[in-house]
Amino acid sequence: MSANGAERALSGTTLCAGEASGTLLVLAEPLSFWGGTDRKTGMIIDTHHPQHGISMAGCVLLMDASRGSSSSSSVLAEQLRAGVGPAAILLTARDAIVALGALAAAELYDTHMPIVLLDAAAATALRRNAELGDYSAGVLKSFARHISVRADADGRADVVLAYPTDHTH
Amino acid sequence: MNELTLTDVEQDMLDGGRGPGVAMAMRMVVALARVLGAQQLLPITNAHIDSCLYHGQAGLDFAQKLADLGATVSVPTTLNTSSLDLLHPGLVRLPPEDAVPARALMDAYRALGARATWTCAPYQSTERPAFGEDIAWAESNAIVFANSVLGARTERYGDFIDICAAITGRVPHAGLHLPERRNPTVELDCSALSLAMLGHEAVWAALGDVVGRQSGTGIPLLTGIDPSVVDEDKLKALGATAASSGGVALFHVAGVTPEARSAGNDPAWTGLPTVAITAEMLRGARDELSSGADFSLPLDAVALGTPHFSLREFEKLAVALEGTVPFHPGCTVWINTSREVLAQAQEAGFVQAAQDRGAKIVVDTCTYITPILRPEERTVMTPSGKWAWYAPMNIGVDVVFGTLHECLSSARTGKVVRDERQWS
Repeated sequence: MSANGAERALSGTTLCAGEASGTLLVLAEPLSFWGGTDRKTGMIIDTHHPQHGISMAGCVLLMDASRGSSSSSSVLAEQLRAGVGPAAILLTARDAIVALGALAAAELYDTHMPIVLLDAAAATALRRNAELGDYSAGVLKSFARHISVRADADGRADVVLAYPTDHTH
Repeated sequence: MNELTLTDVEQDMLDGGRGPGVAMAMRMVVALARVLGAQQLLPITNAHIDSCLYHGQAGLDFAQKLADLGATVSVPTTLNTSSLDLLHPGLVRLPPEDAVPARALMDAYRALGARATWTCAPYQSTERPAFGEDIAWAESNAIVFANSVLGARTERYGDFIDICAAITGRVPHAGLHLPERRNPTVELDCSALSLAMLGHEAVWAALGDVVGRQSGTGIPLLTGIDPSVVDEDKLKALGATAASSGGVALFHVAGVTPEARSAGNDPAWTGLPTVAITAEMLRGARDELSSGADFSLPLDAVALGTPHFSLREFEKLAVALEGTVPFHPGCTVWINTSREVLAQAQEAGFVQAAQDRGAKIVVDTCTYITPILRPEERTVMTPSGKWAWYAPMNIGVDVVFGTLHECLSSARTGKVVRDERQWS
């Protein structure tokens, strides 16, 4: 047993470089940051959205792509300025609106929120972890709550799932 | 993946040879090109900026930094709705902590050289992009209109990149700028919808809601619609709602929109997966857009002109109001439009009839993005699918969605009046 618990790494492609970690939040449906999230708190306020009332602040957000308004970039940049944005965003599509919010915050405030493009298999592994726990190698490792994201400027990105140390043994 | 290649001029912009403001804008364009996997940039001829609507300090910091660094736009550039109505001071009840930076944001964009149009419907202006032009437009309804109705080419640009594209005159060579990405992905067969039903803009908005849900971010081809019933106001309503309920940035209507007319027998346009659209689906969209409202309560307001009311819509409204009584004193009719269209409509004599009956005009902004309605205006009727979609989230009202005629009848009686014949 490692002092840091078990880990599993997934690789992806850097869309915006940076390094961060946080709790995994898998969006069940696409979300418009503008109108759908509160710019001052990072809360999901879209009443049509199944995760209405949950906060994105400090989370590693997994989503396919954003939806709706092109004002979402400003809302995300403002959340990053105010310190209530996601810690990192994992996408399955090259979403310009999400990336631009992060790029503007990097240009203005030297805040580098990583955005990583994942392939379908990696995204599925993360979704399954969030729903069921990780059964990789035939052994239930329980839920990985803590996700570290490292997106390098050369294009290579790693998403590391950390499993809690089991203190009962 | 192949690397992004820049021309000498583009590299010079990035390296600061055209000043630090242009360099900052080019850093954003280049970063976006890498996000999109583009291998080169593309020159544009026009830009429409959505970043002038205030969403917090970050947006203001960005515009002021570009202005402070000496950047100006290099192509004709229009400005989207702002958070304030500069022609009717006092109408917007924004607290000073938001009104002051919102005004500073508008000033920053004028300093960058953009035209003070303050409209989400720049396509209603006389100067508009032509078929096949590459442009950089932001604001989802403007994007879908430019692509679909004008046949110009723009990707779904958002805040920050709109002004950076306007300054550098470049966008990533990607997405909807590529002809092969503009082909339809799904056919929506509308032949079951009656001509009478398709005479109402609100029915087109409901159709847009269905189109958005059916298409997601795909490209729908609507078939089975008689071209004689279509006009730009209906296509505006369709696109704005489809871009709200889905991510539609381009649609085609067979026999109507320019790329559909020029497609001919292109095999990419045939054999698509097909969905039959029914009147019942449109009534379902109408009811979904009205969810949460108690129809037995007094109607407090009617919201028209999202996207901004056109000259022709003012004319249709003036005709619809001929010989009618004033609006109920408890129900305020709000009309959003641009200052340019308002001046034309006043000149043509299309505005007085509505104002005489109690309607209030809003320019430069819109009633669902900034506090204009009074706190006691709780139940609001609208023929706009986009207003119906966003207003409950943005300003906390209950919405009833209906046709213009239903809205006007309701405004006169102060209660929701339905006319089911318009929905069959």
